[in-house]
Amino acid sequence: MNKSVYDSPDNTSISRRHILTVLVDNEPGVLARVIGMFSGRGYNIESLNVAEVSNDEHLSRITIVTEGTLEVVNQIEKQLLRIVPVHSVSNLDEEGSAVEAEVALVNIDLNEANKKKIYEVCDFYRARKIENENNSVIFEIAGASERINRFIKEINQITKIEIVRSGPVAISTYKNTEEE
Amino acid sequence: MNQEMTGAEVVLQSLVDQGVEVVFGYPGGAVLPIYDTLFKQNSIKHVLVRQEGGAIHAAEGYARSTGKVGVVLVTSGPGATNVVTGLTDAMMDSIPIVCITGQVPQHLIGSDAFQECDTTGITRPCTKHNYLVKDPNKLSPVFHEAFTIAQDGRPGPVLIDIPKDVQFANGTYTKKENIIIPPHRLFEPEIFKNDKKIDEVVNLISKAKKPIFYIGGGCINSGPKAAELVSQLVELTGAPATMTLMGLGVLGSSHPNSLGMLGMHGMYEANMAMHDCDVMINIGARFDDRVTGRLDAFSPNSKKIHIDIDESNINKTIKVDVPVVGDVTSVLKRVIKVWNDNNLKTNQSDLKLWWDKINDWKKIDCLHFTNNEKEIKPQYAIQRLYELTKNKKTFITTEVGQHQMWAAQYYKFEKPNRWLTSGGLGTMGYGFPAAIGAQVANPDALVIDVAGDASILMNIQEMSTAVQYRLPVKIFILNNEYMGMVRQWQELLHGGRYSESYTDSLPDFVKLAESYKAIGLRAKKPEELDDVINEMINTDKTVIADIWVSKEENCFPMIQSGSAHNEMVLSKDQKQDKLSAEKGKILV
Repeated sequence: MNKSVYDSPDNTSISRRHILTVLVDNEPGVLARVIGMFSGRGYNIESLNVAEVSNDEHLSRITIVTEGTLEVVNQIEKQLLRIVPVHSVSNLDEEGSAVEAEVALVNIDLNEANKKKIYEVCDFYRARKIENENNSVIFEIAGASERINRFIKEINQITKIEIVRSGPVAISTYKNTEEE
Repeated sequence: MNQEMTGAEVVLQSLVDQGVEVVFGYPGGAVLPIYDTLFKQNSIKHVLVRQEGGAIHAAEGYARSTGKVGVVLVTSGPGATNVVTGLTDAMMDSIPIVCITGQVPQHLIGSDAFQECDTTGITRPCTKHNYLVKDPNKLSPVFHEAFTIAQDGRPGPVLIDIPKDVQFANGTYTKKENIIIPPHRLFEPEIFKNDKKIDEVVNLISKAKKPIFYIGGGCINSGPKAAELVSQLVELTGAPATMTLMGLGVLGSSHPNSLGMLGMHGMYEANMAMHDCDVMINIGARFDDRVTGRLDAFSPNSKKIHIDIDESNINKTIKVDVPVVGDVTSVLKRVIKVWNDNNLKTNQSDLKLWWDKINDWKKIDCLHFTNNEKEIKPQYAIQRLYELTKNKKTFITTEVGQHQMWAAQYYKFEKPNRWLTSGGLGTMGYGFPAAIGAQVANPDALVIDVAGDASILMNIQEMSTAVQYRLPVKIFILNNEYMGMVRQWQELLHGGRYSESYTDSLPDFVKLAESYKAIGLRAKKPEELDDVINEMINTDKTVIADIWVSKEENCFPMIQSGSAHNEMVLSKDQKQDKLSAEKGKILV
C-alpha cells in the first residue's frame, strides 16, 4: 500500500484501473501541479484529458486514468485535494457506475484491394469518415475505450494506420448533487 | 477605499497590511523597484543576508520562534534557485513562509534573458502554492491569499514571482478585508462534519491498558493553546507521552509523563513503549520513517488514533483505526470536553502495570555515556550547555547530524517554539541562519546554534549578517573534524571505510570569528568547557565557540535502518550483526 523507504508488509491489495475526475480552477500552471504531483510521488498516468467546462467560472475538468491498489488511489485523491486550485476529486470506479467515452481519429492507408473490408469494419464499429481537403481517409470513432481498442486491432490487421486518441472522459451516472 | 500605486508599492503595502515587521532578503536586478520602495519607508525592517539560502532559513527561524509568517525577498534566476532548499525545508517541516521573487520583465520571459529562470516551474513541487503575477491589479489579492494559504491548514511556503515591469506598473491596491478567498482554496476540516470520531477517540483511550501519546510538530504549529491542551489530556489520562524531533517542547522534559523523544535516536523507553502499547494516540505527527523504523514491525498490537490536519498523512504509511482530520487545538478541545462530560477515567491498576514496565525500561539508562577526563564528550558538552543556560530564555537551533541528535537528547526543552531544527529535509546549514532569524524576532533572548564543524561551513557567510545587525547569536560547534553522522554510518554499515567524511583543512574557527569582528572561543579539555560556555553566554556579541570533542563518538541509542522499535542498539552493545548491516545499508 505504501510509499516508504522501508518494506511494506501489505502487498495483498489488487492493482487495477481507476478513473479520477478532478475539478479545478482554470488558472496558469494548474495542469502542471496535477501531473507534477503524479510524477513527483511516483504515481502512474495512463491517460489524461483536460478541458474547460465552465467558461464564466473558469473551471476545468481533468480526467485521469491511473492504475494502482485502492490504497494508492486513495492517497492520490488526498494528494490532489492538497493542491490549492483543486475543487473536488472523485474516483468514478469506486462510486460504481459511471459512463466513459473516448474519441479516436484514424488515418487509414486505403486502396482498391482493402477498401471494401475497411468500410465493413468501420460500419460495424460506427466509425464516421471525416472529409478533408487532402482527400485522405480519416475516420472518427467515439465510445468506450475497449471498443476503440477492438476497432483498431481489426483495422490494423488489414492495413497501416496512424492513430490519435483522446483518452477517456467519464462522468458519474448518479444524479448531479455535486458542488458548484 | 482602494488606492492607485505602483506594483512595488502594492507589495510593501500588502506586507504592512499583513503585519509584517521584518523581511529577509538580498537585492538584485529584477527586484530593484521593490528595494527602491523599501528605501522610502520605515515600517518594514530589511535584514540583508549574504546568500539567499541564508534568507529563507532565517525566515524559517523567525517563523518557528514566533508562530508568525517569515518573509523573504530575493531576485530572479540565481536568487530564486538559491531559496529552493529552504522552500523544500519549510514544506517538509510545515513552516509558514511567503517568498517574493523578482522576475525578468514580461516581454523577456521565455527568451533565456539574463538571470531568467522558470521560478514557478522550479518551485511548484516545493511550495504549498505559487504565483506568477502578470497584472499589478492582482498583486494585492495574490499577497493576501498567499499569507492566508501559508498559515492555513498545514502551514507551508508560498512563493510570489513578480516580473519587473509589474513592479513598475500602476495598479489598484485592495485591502486585506476586501479580499474573498474561495473556500475550496483553503483547508476544510472534516471534524466539524463528524463528532462521532471524537467519541471513538475518547472511548478507545478510556479503555486502554497500555496507552501512549505520540506527539508531533503539529502541536506546535497549532499555536500555544495546543501544547496546553496536550498536557491537559496527558494528565487527565495519566498516560505516558513521547515526542517527535519536531514536537520537542510541547510537553516539558520535566513533565512526569514525558518519555522524551522517540525514533531512530530516541529514548529506549519511548520506543519500547510505542512497540508494546495497545492504544497509540498520534497527535500532529506523520509516522515519519525516522520514527517508525521497520513498518511491518511497527507497534504491531495497537489500535491507532491519528489526529492530523493534513488528510494525506492518514494511512499514508501506517494504517490507523481512528483518523481525525482537524486542527490539534480544536480537536483536543472536543476530546477533553467529551472526556470530562462523561466523567471518564483510565483504569488505574492497568496503568500502574504499564508504568512499572516503562520504569523498568528507564533503568536501562539509554543516554548513559562514559565521561572522559582528557577529552570533551559531545554529550557532556550539551549537558553543560543545558545546565548553564536553562534559567534563561533560550532558543536552540541546530544544523543536521550527530550534534543535532545529541542536542535533541541531552538538551531539555520545557516550552514549545524554543527548539528549531530541520527535521524532514535534514538541511545542513539550516541552524545558523535560523538562529539569526530567531534572534531578530527575540532580541533579548539567548539564541544558540548547536552546530557541527561540517554543517556550520555550509552557511558560514552569514557571520557577516549576524555582526552587521549586532545579533548576539552563539554558534556552539561540536568539532570532531568529521561529518559525524556519515562517519557513524560508515563505521556501522560500511565496514569502517570512511569515504570522504573526514574534513581536512578546517578553518581556525576562533580566527574565523575574529576576522568577522565576532568573538572566537575554544575549549579543548573538559575543564575549559564551563568557562567557555559562560563567556559565550555573557558576551553581547556574536560568538563562535569551537568545542573540540571526541572524534569517534557515536550517537546512541539507535534504531538501525530496517530494524524495529524493540531492536535498539545501545552504546554498550554497539556491535552490529552482519545481517542487519547488509539489510540496513540499502536504506536511507
